[in-house]
Amino acid sequence: MTDATLSIRDLRVTFKTLLGPVQAVRGVSLDVHPGEVLGVVGESGSGKSVSFLSVMGLLGKNAIIEGSAKVGDVELVGANQKAMRRVRGSDVAMIFQDPLSALNPVHRVGSQVAEMILAHQRGMSKDAAAKRAVELLDLVGIPQPEQRARQYAHEFSGGMRQRVMIAMAIANNPKVLIADEPTTALDVTVQAQILEVIDRIRKEMGTAVVLITHDLGVVARMADRVQVMYAGRVVERADVHNIFHGSRHPYTRGLLGSQPTLGNERLTPIPGAPPNMLQPPSGCAFRARCVHAAPECAGDLPELVQVGLTESACVRAHELEALV
Amino acid sequence: MTEFAGISQTTASQQMQHLGVPSDPTGDASIGILKTSMSPKRMALKRFVNHRAALISTIVLVCIIIFVALAPLTARYGVNESIFKAEANRPNQNLAPFDLAWFGTDGNGRDLYSRIIYGAQVSLLIGLFTAIGSVMLGTLVGGIAGYKGGWLDDILMRVTDIFLALPLLVVLVIVRGMLKNVSWVTTIMGEASSVRFLVILLTIIGWMGVARLIRGQVKQLKEREFVEAARALGATSKRIMFRHLLPNSVGQIMVALTFAVVGAIAAEATLSFFGYGPDAGSGMTSLGLLIRDSKKAVPPGYWWLVVFPGVFFIILSLCINFIGDGLRDAVDPKMQQELK
Amino acid sequence: MSTPVVEVNNLTKEFTVKSTRGLRVIRRTVHAVSDVSLTIPEGKTVGLVGESGSGKTTVGRCILRLIEPTAGSVKFKGTELLGMEQNDLRKLRRSMQIVFQDPYASLDPKMTVGASIAEPLEIQRVSGNHQDRVAELLELVGLAPDHARRFPHEFSGGQRQRVGVARALALNPSFIVLDEPVSALDVSIQAGVVNLLQDLQEQLGLSYLFIAHDLSVVRHISDTVAVMYLGKIVEVGPAEDLYMASGHPYTKALLSAVPQADPVTERGRPRIMLQGEVPSPINPPSGCRFRTRCPIAKEICAVEEPELKERGQGHPVACHFADTVALEMPNPAAV
Repeated sequence: MTDATLSIRDLRVTFKTLLGPVQAVRGVSLDVHPGEVLGVVGESGSGKSVSFLSVMGLLGKNAIIEGSAKVGDVELVGANQKAMRRVRGSDVAMIFQDPLSALNPVHRVGSQVAEMILAHQRGMSKDAAAKRAVELLDLVGIPQPEQRARQYAHEFSGGMRQRVMIAMAIANNPKVLIADEPTTALDVTVQAQILEVIDRIRKEMGTAVVLITHDLGVVARMADRVQVMYAGRVVERADVHNIFHGSRHPYTRGLLGSQPTLGNERLTPIPGAPPNMLQPPSGCAFRARCVHAAPECAGDLPELVQVGLTESACVRAHELEALV
Repeated sequence: MTEFAGISQTTASQQMQHLGVPSDPTGDASIGILKTSMSPKRMALKRFVNHRAALISTIVLVCIIIFVALAPLTARYGVNESIFKAEANRPNQNLAPFDLAWFGTDGNGRDLYSRIIYGAQVSLLIGLFTAIGSVMLGTLVGGIAGYKGGWLDDILMRVTDIFLALPLLVVLVIVRGMLKNVSWVTTIMGEASSVRFLVILLTIIGWMGVARLIRGQVKQLKEREFVEAARALGATSKRIMFRHLLPNSVGQIMVALTFAVVGAIAAEATLSFFGYGPDAGSGMTSLGLLIRDSKKAVPPGYWWLVVFPGVFFIILSLCINFIGDGLRDAVDPKMQQELK
Repeated sequence: MSTPVVEVNNLTKEFTVKSTRGLRVIRRTVHAVSDVSLTIPEGKTVGLVGESGSGKTTVGRCILRLIEPTAGSVKFKGTELLGMEQNDLRKLRRSMQIVFQDPYASLDPKMTVGASIAEPLEIQRVSGNHQDRVAELLELVGLAPDHARRFPHEFSGGQRQRVGVARALALNPSFIVLDEPVSALDVSIQAGVVNLLQDLQEQLGLSYLFIAHDLSVVRHISDTVAVMYLGKIVEVGPAEDLYMASGHPYTKALLSAVPQADPVTERGRPRIMLQGEVPSPINPPSGCRFRTRCPIAKEICAVEEPELKERGQGHPVACHFADTVALEMPNPAAV
């Protein structure tokens, strides 16, 4: 097993709000390896985006972050602005759901990509950076890159803007690319194109990719390993095939069961709704909605334990095989 | 007996009991609802109270208002009353602060402390009524322009722009000069030097900012889906305006009101300084007039006549300004997202 | 066969966009919806799918006259809606309702949930006890009656959407336009709302126009599905036919692009990738509007617009080469 590119240990994020502290992330640990795609799946309130935003130092002042997140040897939690800026964009890069807000409307697109390059490769000349910017635009599949580099953000469609954002993200050959719902706001045919770009880049550049999404189909297509999050914790983690066929956690099963697939007479939702993180329940946060809940579920916070081919945070995981 | 009798629908908790999940009597824990209900007003109040400067300012302002409102009790002398009859060996003019006159006396032997209280009364009244008037006018103009759009919007906004382009002081002086001699005007608006005249004048000049604000707010709200939903239900324009647009604009209106009060008080002070204030004789005064009178007190060095009215004016204005800031933060829609 | 609940014929909607260049004002036309016809039978669901720029949302709003159509005809139970007086239309609004996409924006944040649900009763001056009716409706959609006094921000997205449905049902409509009703919800919650909609349809005899971009959900709930591209319907037919044996290249591409929640199937099936993005509705391509991205476009496609008609697939398709599509393009549906 190669060394992990990104290592997170016991990450906790709490927000100070008017109504009290909201525990968005409650102890997340994970490893991402070079060249692999880790799919992070969860619904609203799962903490999937907040976990990585906190690692990147992109949360506001009202966020309290504890734990450890290392890229190589550099510790990111608690790092000062200077250290963060050195790592952001060069070792770790992030792309977001809404490309329009990430692009500056008053600058040409090419110069924004070049700016990204120059920020981390001081030695390069402006012309060299501009040329490299055009190459990057070509790499992400933008047709006529020389002309398009001179255009402004509003002249690009949603899918094209996302490609520009990817170009900016990979400009300095990062070790890890974090993609936070990169295709959620795009049409499905465009989504297919963007996923293709991400896949191609990770194969050509060996980048580790964290793909955060709520769409199980996207995960099925792209991920090598999958991590399922609920109420601020990881509830299951496994190889993509074992998650879809062989899950050992009721929440994951519930998610899979609620998808409209062939032959459903009636969909099976997960009853209830995610808990309020102002007053998180004791023990397993899913127990209020879980068909298999038992008294032992209300005890300590369940940890991820290897069960068969998956890691599951269900205390009854061993029995689940039989329970189907 | 309704059409829906006989159809069994299960709530979330019933569904789960079906599946054998240990029950949660109210069903609330599983659906993530907080125990106590909080209306948007309560939340806004909470945010306001969190704004320290606004909180302190509210307390200070309330104290000032109580003091000023109970004037005959809290003032020590009448507004035009000399503190004691001038005697040959006991003059009462321009005395520095002492136990009989906490803030000293002015050129006519009147107690400055009492005059400040009465003056504050007048200024606050002018501020309040002008603010109410200009906000009502501005909301009307802005609301109609924002909701109707099209050519009506264009016309109303151009009229607003024209009013905005006029330099305040110059116009005030000119219009005042023009109107005070016209007979029918004085019957409606009162004498040129009366408070009523001043309030109406300031209202006519002060509504434009509010109009722009409300127009923007209404335009934005109009596009929100809940307005479209009301339209789909068959709501008339009137209903949409009063039931949906207005309640959602109340916050902004309150903020505008607060800043309008300060604006009016400052405008009154400016006018008074140049001699166009509410000078109905009989010794009545306002904060602006007190400041104007203090001009004469500078060369001889009667510092109390300058400092006390000035400081009071500043404190009053600051307090109202901070309250306005606090209100603006409290009703800011951006802040309302944080609970999601 | 009874009169269809809704009958749309040749519906067209064109928006004018003004922009200035120097001193001149340039007017451009956005062809949002062009010559769309569809029929919604009583008690059935017609699904309308498409991506951005397809015009599907505009069609829904035009049917309810929330947006005024430019041309065409919309009949509700045989009565022509276009040209109707506002007062008569208001009365008809009792029977046709809409549920919106965004559960956070479609409820007035200053009104309690109960007040929002009661609003249609107030507007239409329905007699009887409104509070009782509100309680009844809340139970109908799976919420507790005492939630009526709470505010929208206290509920989750799925619950707000249920409130939206309750509001739409208040007046006992026969037809509801569902404009992306579950798109903004988590998947596990979507299932609950979809079930609710199906149950209500069965129990109350409702007819739906289900507008969405999520093909899996549309397939599940719809009887008939119409696929739209750039303002036109390119294919319409029974849901299963469209998914298992589609006749239009765009439908096939759409199906191919939707990722399936199963790694084995998803990675094993053939992929049809479209190039480029949807052209602007201001300047739609000549002839067949899909030709700029179509993998099997030929010369005739730029010249002649294909009519939406039966071409041997068992349902209308708007493609010159519908009969050969099955041969030239693989079937992307997961089996």
